[in-house]
Amino acid sequence: MQITYESIQELINLANEQHIRLSDLILSDQASSMETSPDEILKRMDAQLTVMEESAAEGRKKDIRSSSTLAGGNAYLMDTYAKCGSPLSGDFCAYAITTAIAVAECNAAMGRIVAAPTAGSCGILPAAVLTMIEKRGISRQDACMALITAGGVGMVIANVASIAGATGGCQAECGSASAMAAAALVELSGGTPEMAGHAMAISIKNQLGLVCDPVAGLVEVPCIKRNAGSIMCAITAADLALSGVKSVIPVDEVLQAMNEVGSTLPCALRETAQGGLATTPTGLKLAEAILGA
Amino acid sequence: MNIFDIIGPVMIGPSSSHTAGACRIGYVARKLLPSKPVMAEVTFAGSFAKTYRGHGTDKAVIAGILGMLPDDLKLPDSLKIAKEEGLAFSFSTAELPKSHPNTAIIRLIGEDGKEVEIEGASIGGGNILITKLNGMTSVFTGEHNTVIVAHTDAPGVIADVASAFAMFEVNIGNFRLARPHKGQLAIMTIEIDGEATTQILELLKRQPNVTQVVYLKAH
Repeated sequence: MQITYESIQELINLANEQHIRLSDLILSDQASSMETSPDEILKRMDAQLTVMEESAAEGRKKDIRSSSTLAGGNAYLMDTYAKCGSPLSGDFCAYAITTAIAVAECNAAMGRIVAAPTAGSCGILPAAVLTMIEKRGISRQDACMALITAGGVGMVIANVASIAGATGGCQAECGSASAMAAAALVELSGGTPEMAGHAMAISIKNQLGLVCDPVAGLVEVPCIKRNAGSIMCAITAADLALSGVKSVIPVDEVLQAMNEVGSTLPCALRETAQGGLATTPTGLKLAEAILGA
Repeated sequence: MNIFDIIGPVMIGPSSSHTAGACRIGYVARKLLPSKPVMAEVTFAGSFAKTYRGHGTDKAVIAGILGMLPDDLKLPDSLKIAKEEGLAFSFSTAELPKSHPNTAIIRLIGEDGKEVEIEGASIGGGNILITKLNGMTSVFTGEHNTVIVAHTDAPGVIADVASAFAMFEVNIGNFRLARPHKGQLAIMTIEIDGEATTQILELLKRQPNVTQVVYLKAH
């Protein structure tokens, strides 16, 4: 039976019926619908993981800068602080924050990244899986399976809500990436498919209504730091779900709410750079300096 | 849609629409030109016009015209590479109120003197929509394997072209004809389900009244 990818509950039910992980379910469905083998899909996903590792390394460099010069160097600062200081968020979270910023800065500086689901939100999912590899010693194979889970639940979000900032605001980009990362983290920590659903719901609820208001219309301010915020949101949601905390509002209803909120956001707050941080005095001054009046 | 539309594409940043999509529009223009391009005139409209420098849209389009795909690590250096390869280029901006906000018009001149002009929009996630080809309406996305057939408008040409696909059991998923004037140059845009093999393309080129056949493989 082919999966419709129109409900997270559908994925959870199917996985439970077969006593398998979400990733096993999605992998076998995708192999059949793409007319290829599961091994072939895992091989392709491994290549995506390699690009994520490369962008995370590139973004940690001290002198990386975007052409506007607004972005770059913050992952280096955070990395140095995490290694030498005692970050309040702890070793695991500090590494995740550094990775999210690094990948997003690599993107701003015209480096190579994996859009996951978009370029603007490309740091969040790598932060989840690369931190699990580095700090929890998970295997590459498991990391790839977690990316498959993230991809599967991401397809549901794209189908029932949106993954485009121009359509749904930043909640649709960083919010979606955060929910995908939360599902991946739960699975990698041995949680159940239900827990992954609750983690997704909690993660999106905490970012509902987040607007897309890029300064000068560029994928830099505030996008890069929002990648850091969204990975922390994903980790919080995953830990809550793993502890047994449930989302009162079911995940599919949360996705519907996200879609509704997105469509009621004014146009000025959907990637047009006509509101929010983009039109603050500093935002406008920067835009003029970068783009010319 | 599949998982690699969500965990992907692999691309040079910063923006799937302003960088990856722009590169693809340039790439399509390059594929439609029969010879090596020596001159490129790029016109940006809408959001492209406003932010093309900050998003590297200029570098991305030229990279595509040089035959690079959106994940090519050389993309940020494309303007320098163009100069080395003898490709002259210019950028301008225009207002096209009826077009999609992220629209580019690309005019290329090849070393044999032939020209091609396309209008394309970057519609999100690196996906594109080509809307005009040499002034004629030609709508395709590049998401499916697409065959462009330029021909002289005459009875039987469409049947000949369709038969060529049928002969090799390739299904046509979408077909569009642009014919501004009776009996003159016209363009078929054909999206197919399978692959257009060399045999099919050679057969198409041999059909009477067919002047050019271009095959654009899906990304």
